[in-house]
Amino acid sequence: MKKTSRRTFVAGVSAAAVLTGNRVAFSQKKYDDGASDTEIKIGHTNPYSGPASAYGVIGKTLQAYWKSVNEAGGINGRKVNFITYDDGYSPPKTVELIRQLVEQDKVLCTFNTLGTPTNTAIHKYMNQKKVPMLYVATGASKWGDPKNFPWTMGFQPDYHTEGVIYAKHLLANVKDAKIAVLMQNDDYGKDYWEGFKEGLAKDAGRVVKHVSYEVTDPTVDSQVIQLKDSGANVFFNIATPKFAAQAMRKAGDIGWKPVIYLNNVSSSVASTMKPAGFDNVQGVLTAQYLMDPTDKQWDSHDDMKAWVEWMKKHNAGASLQDASNVFAFAVATLMHETLKKCGDTLTRENVMKQAANFQKFRLRMLLPGITVSTSATDFYPIQAVQLSRFKGESWELFGDIMHAEST
Amino acid sequence: MPAFPKKWLLVIIALAVVIPLLKPVLPDLVSDYRLFLVSTMMIAAIAVLGLNLLTGFNGQISLGHSAFYAVGAYTAAILMDKLDVPYYATLPVAAVVCFIVGYLFGLPALKLEGHYLALATFALALAVPQILKYKWLEDLTGGVQGIVLSKPEPPFGIPLSEDQWLYYYIFVVMVILYWAANNMLNSRSGRAMMAIRDYHIAADTMGIDTSLYKTVTFGISAAYTGIAGALSASAIAFVAPDSFNFFLSIKFLIGLVVGGVGSLTGSIIGGIFYVLVDNSAQALSTFVKNDLGLPFDLSAYTVFGILLIVLMYLMPMGIVGGVYILIRRLQRAGRGAPAAASRPAEAGKGH
Repeated sequence: MKKTSRRTFVAGVSAAAVLTGNRVAFSQKKYDDGASDTEIKIGHTNPYSGPASAYGVIGKTLQAYWKSVNEAGGINGRKVNFITYDDGYSPPKTVELIRQLVEQDKVLCTFNTLGTPTNTAIHKYMNQKKVPMLYVATGASKWGDPKNFPWTMGFQPDYHTEGVIYAKHLLANVKDAKIAVLMQNDDYGKDYWEGFKEGLAKDAGRVVKHVSYEVTDPTVDSQVIQLKDSGANVFFNIATPKFAAQAMRKAGDIGWKPVIYLNNVSSSVASTMKPAGFDNVQGVLTAQYLMDPTDKQWDSHDDMKAWVEWMKKHNAGASLQDASNVFAFAVATLMHETLKKCGDTLTRENVMKQAANFQKFRLRMLLPGITVSTSATDFYPIQAVQLSRFKGESWELFGDIMHAEST
Repeated sequence: MPAFPKKWLLVIIALAVVIPLLKPVLPDLVSDYRLFLVSTMMIAAIAVLGLNLLTGFNGQISLGHSAFYAVGAYTAAILMDKLDVPYYATLPVAAVVCFIVGYLFGLPALKLEGHYLALATFALALAVPQILKYKWLEDLTGGVQGIVLSKPEPPFGIPLSEDQWLYYYIFVVMVILYWAANNMLNSRSGRAMMAIRDYHIAADTMGIDTSLYKTVTFGISAAYTGIAGALSASAIAFVAPDSFNFFLSIKFLIGLVVGGVGSLTGSIIGGIFYVLVDNSAQALSTFVKNDLGLPFDLSAYTVFGILLIVLMYLMPMGIVGGVYILIRRLQRAGRGAPAAASRPAEAGKGH
């Protein structure tokens, strides 16, 4: 038997070290359009002008977020080039801009494009082009369909599921419920309404009155009077902040005291509960997944402290009361995490793979106990909410975290 | 406005036909995206032409052309979605439907002039998106969700990309519509239309049936804009009420005024303008903020507005009128002698 000399042993060991080291240090870098050694390009559309320009703050906070990431050295040494365009909430404009992002600017993926009609207009295109369309800013339930649309993923708990949760809670807790529903007449309102009906199932007949309003209406006073006259003792308020506040104030003014379920979209203390008048909204129920910045109970929470500090440093001038800024911060953090996980394999396929590979990830600003989970068959990142009841001047969480089963 | 020289027209048409075929040679310059952008410009040019027929040549102001555009787009979308009608067959139907809607709307509009007509058409623009959402029509229009369509594919296995094909399709439609408009305007009917614009009472006295002409012009104008809407439904492959808000009408009007009221060439330039400037305004505002580092956080619309004011100040008769005056001045300067005789002729142009 041949004796291994010291020299061959050393050579062998170092060769092995180099070989294994290779895998770590020189692992193959793989790039698709929009990624390189120095840069990752992300596309985004948002209404900065037009009827939905109130959402412009989300785009501004996202810009501030990526700027702060770049100042801290970027992601795995690469700077994020965040390209954001104003689509004015007009679907044809979104199509044009998204094509510009994909074909001219050659972005790696798009992220948090805002609006249900606008995202519907680009849904098919993005999937034909096989470009990741991640964490879209809409709660419609159609964004989690990996079988037919493997390149699109939502973010927030979908409206449909939330509707189911309210219905189940209501059936279990309110005796002889007679339900009145106020609904914004668009797909957002209808998604909630469909979910709510599904949750009621055979008790759908308990809905005694169902009225709707248009976003362009000045007030919902007459609708609320109709709802009161129906003799209902439960009120499901599917309205955006301005109308939700009007409705609850009016109900209080005319002495109607039903059990009120308020959709999460309008759960902001600053923009709904305060204008509605705190006297009128005691005991209102809602479901939440993010920490509300005006909610005092989070003041000493680490996440909230970090957020406030970040806002003051990187997004000065933006409102510390606005829940949209919390939303933007949280969703950008998830995107940041996704890209970090991609490492040096910045291909579109890998971006989708990493996005669909979160296991109980604790995302900043989510309520304690709510986590992000995705898989190849589950494209709904956040699916849990917690019910809360309004007391005094803030929300009080109660009960357990509720996980949605309707996927 | 003088007619466009025929020689140049043929050159431009030849270029428009050849350039898209250069895509394999110059993939960066002639990209699918650029072709798509030019297609949207052509669609806008057709819509602006429709408005121009009414406002520029017949003197009736409309703020409601987004409504006709929407009706055209929805007619096409519903035909394709519910009845599987091929995309090219939707154009004549959309034209007929919009003509009827425009004609009927033109009847009461006869009693309204100027500002009052503007207000009535404004109401139409506001009403149509709401009507599209109405629950009785919901099964047909898809309500707020809109209708998702497929993009037209090149037939007979022609080796063109979808965008190249779309470009040619829209180009052919545009050429036909411009040719038809040009013929109509140079005919007896066209002169009658313009006579009504210039002096209503005189036209009436001359024996022109003013109410018939006005309502039919309304119908034709609506049909043109409706065809543009139908083309956009194919190009965007999606229709929703949010696509047709009142602001679209304003955009047509901007295109019309900027290009040149009462000019066919002006309508094309107007269509190009509103697509191009809308996009570059945004690029310009980010350029000012990020690259120049100036502390102005201008919204794209601020830039758009400033551009518009500057343009209107420099070229009050629209781009076509402005360029025309410029050429005349240069010619005069070149000849050295002031051709005073051309001055009055010039002042009459650009209506």
